[in-house]
Amino acid sequence: MKRSLRLARVLLSVQYAYMLEYRAEIALWALSGLLPLIMLALWSGAGAAADLSLSPAELRRYFLAAFVVRQFTVVWVIHIFEEDALQGRLSPYLLQPLHPFWRYLAAHIAEQATRVPFVLAIVLAVWLLGAGASGWPPPSTWLLGLLVTSLAFLLRFLLQSVITMACFWSERAAALERLLLIPYLFLSGLVAPLEAFPPGLRRLALATPFPSMIDFPARLLSGGEVDLLGGLFTMAAWTALLLPLFLLLWRAGLRRYAAMGA
Amino acid sequence: MGRYLRSLGAFWSSSLAMELEYPLNALIELLSVLGNLAGSVVVLALFYGRGHDLGGWSWDEALVVLGVYTLLDGFTSTLLQPNLGAIVNHVRTGSLDFVLLKPIDSQFWLSARSFSPWGLPGVLAGLALIWLAARRAGASPSLPTLLGTGLLLVCSALILYSLWFVLAATSIWFVKVWNATEVLRSTLVAGRFPVSAYPPALRTLFTLVLPVAFLTTVPAEAILGRTTLPWVLASLGMALLSLALSRALWRYALRYYTSASS
Repeated sequence: MKRSLRLARVLLSVQYAYMLEYRAEIALWALSGLLPLIMLALWSGAGAAADLSLSPAELRRYFLAAFVVRQFTVVWVIHIFEEDALQGRLSPYLLQPLHPFWRYLAAHIAEQATRVPFVLAIVLAVWLLGAGASGWPPPSTWLLGLLVTSLAFLLRFLLQSVITMACFWSERAAALERLLLIPYLFLSGLVAPLEAFPPGLRRLALATPFPSMIDFPARLLSGGEVDLLGGLFTMAAWTALLLPLFLLLWRAGLRRYAAMGA
Repeated sequence: MGRYLRSLGAFWSSSLAMELEYPLNALIELLSVLGNLAGSVVVLALFYGRGHDLGGWSWDEALVVLGVYTLLDGFTSTLLQPNLGAIVNHVRTGSLDFVLLKPIDSQFWLSARSFSPWGLPGVLAGLALIWLAARRAGASPSLPTLLGTGLLLVCSALILYSLWFVLAATSIWFVKVWNATEVLRSTLVAGRFPVSAYPPALRTLFTLVLPVAFLTTVPAEAILGRTTLPWVLASLGMALLSLALSRALWRYALRYYTSASS
């Protein structure tokens, strides 16, 4: 226990120091998640909020929350793992008595910590432009929202890690992420609140893990009506499915690992 | 000139040979183009299905804009991503030294060295969508209109190239603007929709600062036969200006290149 705590502290502080060097890049990355705000502009421009049983203020809060959730659930483990596996950097990691994915997880968390000021600045800017005119839900609601956001991050990290295991079989596995990104983009609630979908499409979306990654936390964060227990149960169910799959693929993949590079 | 053409032939045939080692990627890219297209059409349908329109554009006209976007996205995957995405690595590892020593213009080498055939499905799908949607929107383009549209599409491609190149060239200073070009890609998704669908402030931003309007809306208007001369001239001017800027910035940036220590 004491060892794990020390390990976590060291990993996080090292990765945080490392990420601080990438400040300029992370500021740019924060800008790259503007899609929910662009969609907000479109939805309010089309005057469509009335059809969605959402008031314009609720719509604005929803997309602003979706933006925040998106910022703290960005996952890039497949890209870094592909590079590490191809260049042979994975080999020394494998010699250490620590699963290499803990290192990647720590890097993600550290990157999110670096992101906080940029995200706050953008949220504040949108707020001042009028999105926040309608007030914000009480602290208990959005603290819960932030907690669920970090669960959503873990779920997305896990899902991408499962796909990442394809790196053991192919040199270009990161291309798979492009495929995974499509349902994530269109079914998660990033481009439209799920109420806007026709019933059939909505059922399809709810049968995938993607709404748990944006829609559910964003709804909590913006103080909308949610089925809290149901949402948490869905997340737990997907985790219970994906985690064993990841461990299984990891063991199978390691046997194939050829330790390329130096 | 002949030397450049011959080099281009050699560059592209060697990259083609390399890319064809990964035939599975063709399938992934095809699926990703189709998936993205289907998703974008669904999003458009969410607006139009409720009887709202986007900035006064009809359904078919909005599809033309989407077609232009798909075409440019294919162009990005074919040429911009494989070439300009690699500049950062050249700077970081110092292999830019070798590029600068070659008896050929460094900007040309960096911009045209690789060619990925996997963007071509996007280009074809975009052209097909533009053609079909324009026909359905009632446009019967004459030869001058077609030539004009072609010219405007070339302008879009040049503007897009310059944006990418400028961003990639800043890696000389920041070194670690890893994937900064991904940011551009995700911000330009705003071009999936006609620019008049956005609120006035954003419209100005998308015309003057981040010229999304010139990228997709202006060529779409041209094929629908409703563009005006000032817009054509503005688009030409924008293309020439951004190209000149990218050239000037590259020459300026090279003065600060200090190579990577080994």
